[in-house]
Amino acid sequence: MAKITYREALNQAMCNEMERDDRVFLMGEEVAEYNGAYKVSQGMLDKFGPKRVIDTPITELGFAGLGVGAAMAGLRPIIEFMTWNFAILAADQIVNAAAKMKYMTAGQYNCPMVFRGAGGAAARVSSQHSQAFENWYANIPGLKVVMPSNPADAKGLLAASIRDNDTVIFIENEINYGDIAEVPEGEYIIPLGKADIKRVGKDITLVAHSRMTGYALAAAEELAKMGIDAEVVDPRTIRPLDEATILASVAKTNRAVVIEEGWRFAGIGAEISARIMEKGFDDLDAPVARVTGKDVPMPYAANLENHALPSVADIVEAARVTCNRA
Amino acid sequence: MTGTKTQEQAVGLTQEGRFYSAERLHAMHGMMLYIRRFEEKAGQMYGLKKIGGFCHLCNGQEAVCVGMEEASEPTDYMMTSYRDHGHIIARGTNPTAVMAELLGRAGGVVGGKGGSMHMFDVEKNFAGGNGIVGEQVPIGLGFAFASQYRDDKRVSITIMGDGGVNQGAVYESFNMAALWKLPVVFVIENNQYAMGTSLSRASAETHLYKRGISFKVPGIQVDGMDVLEVERKMGEAIEHARSGQGPIIVEMMTYRYRGHSMSDPATYRTRDEVDEWRTGRDPIARLQKQMIEAGLATEAEFKQKDKDIKKEIVAVAKAAEAQPEPDLSVLWDDILTDEIPNAYPYPRQVG
Repeated sequence: MAKITYREALNQAMCNEMERDDRVFLMGEEVAEYNGAYKVSQGMLDKFGPKRVIDTPITELGFAGLGVGAAMAGLRPIIEFMTWNFAILAADQIVNAAAKMKYMTAGQYNCPMVFRGAGGAAARVSSQHSQAFENWYANIPGLKVVMPSNPADAKGLLAASIRDNDTVIFIENEINYGDIAEVPEGEYIIPLGKADIKRVGKDITLVAHSRMTGYALAAAEELAKMGIDAEVVDPRTIRPLDEATILASVAKTNRAVVIEEGWRFAGIGAEISARIMEKGFDDLDAPVARVTGKDVPMPYAANLENHALPSVADIVEAARVTCNRA
Repeated sequence: MTGTKTQEQAVGLTQEGRFYSAERLHAMHGMMLYIRRFEEKAGQMYGLKKIGGFCHLCNGQEAVCVGMEEASEPTDYMMTSYRDHGHIIARGTNPTAVMAELLGRAGGVVGGKGGSMHMFDVEKNFAGGNGIVGEQVPIGLGFAFASQYRDDKRVSITIMGDGGVNQGAVYESFNMAALWKLPVVFVIENNQYAMGTSLSRASAETHLYKRGISFKVPGIQVDGMDVLEVERKMGEAIEHARSGQGPIIVEMMTYRYRGHSMSDPATYRTRDEVDEWRTGRDPIARLQKQMIEAGLATEAEFKQKDKDIKKEIVAVAKAAEAQPEPDLSVLWDDILTDEIPNAYPYPRQVG
């Protein structure tokens, strides 16, 4: 297995799928001649030509809608948003068109397509460019929401998302693009709706997705030094959620902390902790704790930004308290 | 306009150099009249509370529906806003299924999932029926993109109203369509009012066919109360798009006789204004007059035809009403294509 970056893994998934299926095309701002704002589509214009790798004007609503229409007409669009912050402009097409088209037409039309791009907090770009939106899309029937936390998952999940016959919201993490790890070569598919246990442990379950998975793994190392053996579960697909894997872990550890970068109120952690309460209440030895971003728009100053985001120390502290350790 | 009874090959009439056979004229007239009577019936059913929610009728705009359909190929794509009954009927969808949809019945075009605003028929290449003003415009662009991608020469007929044309998505679409020379005809049904707001109160440039100038999208204005002019000009516009010259805007000057929706008494318009359009420019009366003058039909024949159509519509409404409501089990149908059985929310169940 070769060691490649998260962005190269995404690139491989797109290239493989485009080689396999000529209905697949990539469209977005700066995806072609500039090779991608975050270089995810590096080299794809050369490989596939301007018919299938298409630069757009800065017109998110328009090209998102174009993707919806193209999908309804039988193509398999990958629509890249430079970041998910800009996708708010396109929310009508995602929420009112793509998500509902199959239902509203009683199955006559569907939208097999991927909306993808960078999400979560970036570094030092203030409030409009640093936010988590997975809970917005995860609330909507008709959408699937996928968030890889490492390069191998990025490749396998994106390939599966492109092959999926529904609309997939694929949220990458800007900070993770340069992460390097081993990634299987050639065709590699990770089924949607399957969580992954990133670290086996017996004392407490840490549920974390996207960039927070790395934080949870780092926290687990700290916790090990205190004699707490943490299990880290990465849902990978946010909607629909593989809660069985989470519940099985909690049944073993009897304690859980749910971690997310986004805001606390009505966040992903609220849903996951509610499910643990509904279905795993008897397994719990302590209330489920949540570690989230603070309930503020993201500030610019380095110290304020740092303070607004969840930290490894926050996770360690929440786990320690949940385990009732001094 | 000249009567051409004497023309060798067929009986019909010629307008602006274009010949229409008597058979075709009768078909166009019949479809306009059918839509008119269908909408009247829908209005009546709404009054009886048999149709719920929003219901937008197109009485007065029939020439636009029928002329466009006459000019297009069945393989061309068409999509519009929520004022969609006339368009889908003109496309050839079974009217009983349209009425059943209005009534929320199992045999509705979308099985009772959409209602008045969401009529779709994939077999007829009719992609809605879209409820958010202007939403269908980028979607129409996507169909045109697919046509160019596959090089199958299909044209996307993307319809909006004089209200929809003020949405930003429309200009994003004009720009991309022109940039990439996509085969799309942007049709603006200018019925003069966006809900209760007259064109001049909402648009700085009221000549809507000029709205593409900054994007190098040519535009033409058409008398949308003249079905033959609609057919002729729309044919030219479709040919423009099909031949690879890119998008074109067609502004159809028309008028809706009824309010914006069933709950709108339309008090923002004067009686004189409505009468001027209704009695002076009515598209059905106009074609009837042309056909009578050309000796292709008589007043009595039209009266009989109207009676027959009204009877047909009564039968359609009856058949639609006799259908059962959708089975409760379909509540869970058609949300996802690839359901994931072991992940939450679990398919087909609560919690």
